[in-house]
Amino acid sequence: MLSDEERQEIEAELPHYEDAGALSVDALKIVQRHRGWVDDDGLADCAEILDLSVHELEGVATFYNLIFRKPVGRHVMLLCDSISCWVCGYDALCGRLQERLGVPLGGTTGDDRFTLLPMNCLGNCDHAPTLMIDDDLYDDVTPEQVDDLLKEYA
Amino acid sequence: MSQETPLTRDIPDQGEPLDLAGYEQAGGYGALRKAVDEMGPEAVIQAVKDSKLRGRGGAGFPTGMKWGFMPRGDDAPERKYLIANADEMEPGTFKDRLLMEGNPHQFVESLVISAYAMGTQTAYIFLRDAYRLCRRRLQRAIDEARAAGYVGENVLGSGFDVEIHIHASAGRYICGEETALINALEGRRATPRDKPPFPQQAGLWGWPTIVNNVETLCNVPHIVARGPEWFRNLSHTENGGTKLYGVSGRVNRPGCWELPMGATLRELVDEHAGGMREGYRFRGCLPGGGSTPFLTGEHLDLGLDFDAVEEAGSRLGTGSVVVLDDRTSLMGFLRNLELFYARESCGWCTPCRDGLPWVARLLGALEAGEGRAQDIDVLEMHTRFLGPGRTFCAHAPGAMGPLQSALKHFPDDFRAGVRESELAEVS
Repeated sequence: MLSDEERQEIEAELPHYEDAGALSVDALKIVQRHRGWVDDDGLADCAEILDLSVHELEGVATFYNLIFRKPVGRHVMLLCDSISCWVCGYDALCGRLQERLGVPLGGTTGDDRFTLLPMNCLGNCDHAPTLMIDDDLYDDVTPEQVDDLLKEYA
Repeated sequence: MSQETPLTRDIPDQGEPLDLAGYEQAGGYGALRKAVDEMGPEAVIQAVKDSKLRGRGGAGFPTGMKWGFMPRGDDAPERKYLIANADEMEPGTFKDRLLMEGNPHQFVESLVISAYAMGTQTAYIFLRDAYRLCRRRLQRAIDEARAAGYVGENVLGSGFDVEIHIHASAGRYICGEETALINALEGRRATPRDKPPFPQQAGLWGWPTIVNNVETLCNVPHIVARGPEWFRNLSHTENGGTKLYGVSGRVNRPGCWELPMGATLRELVDEHAGGMREGYRFRGCLPGGGSTPFLTGEHLDLGLDFDAVEEAGSRLGTGSVVVLDDRTSLMGFLRNLELFYARESCGWCTPCRDGLPWVARLLGALEAGEGRAQDIDVLEMHTRFLGPGRTFCAHAPGAMGPLQSALKHFPDDFRAGVRESELAEVS
């Protein structure tokens, strides 16, 4: 069951579009904001109120990179791996992050604190390498800064 | 002569952007007032045509001509849409973020004027999900503009109504392709659509739709306020206006600068970006993002506009230069790019879906010095099989740009990646 809050937030978006199906990504993101990820029940409930089949909505959910169909950690780290960041030291930064977190790209730490995800160009190429943790964008990140950076997120 | 920088003039070096009062004090929303009070929609469209503004999202299509394809007048369909393509994700590109974060009201004003010109009552900002600061600042600007009567019903007493909605997407490079973007906005998988019909005929929910890049749109208030002749004269070349050029890679001061259209590569890299970092030499660059073919040292004095870069065998693209230095593995550089395009392929058509991962794997082998004798031929074959006309949209042909130009300009780097035991067999 969608919570009242989830349902209200989804319905508030409805007038912005010509049909309910257009809300698919918004609805999935609303569920994800409340639950951390999109579980099967959440997906099925969204499909019902948007008048889509579950499979149609699943096709949408799995197409977009930032809809999570598996649980993620409390903090999601998006590590830019596009060209400018790669040229400017992505490999070393990625190596340090994987080592400190003890997970490969795509992994979630055992304490559910972080999920580490590769991300396409974050549009911060003048401050490469760059990464985002939740809503925070970090500039010119070096492997040496990783430990202090991780401490910011409980 | 001091150079004018209309797009970035009011962007603070750091801190918060201008709020409504500050923007108005700087002359903001004056262009909108002029458009509705003195000009009318037809004159606005004519001004954009006369300005020789070309699309800043990568393709460089003349904006006024694109606008001209939108049906107008009494016979026009009852609904029409304007979409701002703010899905900036071209590798190496960071200009639209600057415009949206740095002066959100300028962008909002550009949307209202453009919607007025084309008679669209709804404008969507299709924003990539990762641009969260943009979203907050844009929403605040829209709310302020609505409260002041610049957005909403009866804009400035003109009888024209317009609503602006932000649609924050959920990631995927292909959403930047305009027909894929329309599918994404309709809540579908972002696979491109067949053309024709073009979006101006049948776009969002089947209604006439115009899709313009953020930087393109941000020029509109200035064209309206100062006139097309002034705008054309900002440029060193026949392509009107200024351009937001960026430089990234191993240079001293990577950044993004608004310069007259036609600035040279040397000016960008040596002067604005402060030259190469110590110990690194310039080998080549992608002049306009990850899907533009390489330019090399011989092109340093080329004035970068749409026509000149195309003549040199590449594309101006987004004007965001990614520098290749002499200590970076070219095979690794290409492998990174092609892996990006492989990952971001929507999977709709076979050459793109199956060809790009193959290309990325071959480049990975060459990077590791494990390439086979035939790999270079196979890569060459892909540049043809994934080239223009062979795939549903421009994604794979774009991905082949850097590869085919690297094969041409730097053939020895490919040979160097082949196993020594097979080198003799390389044709």
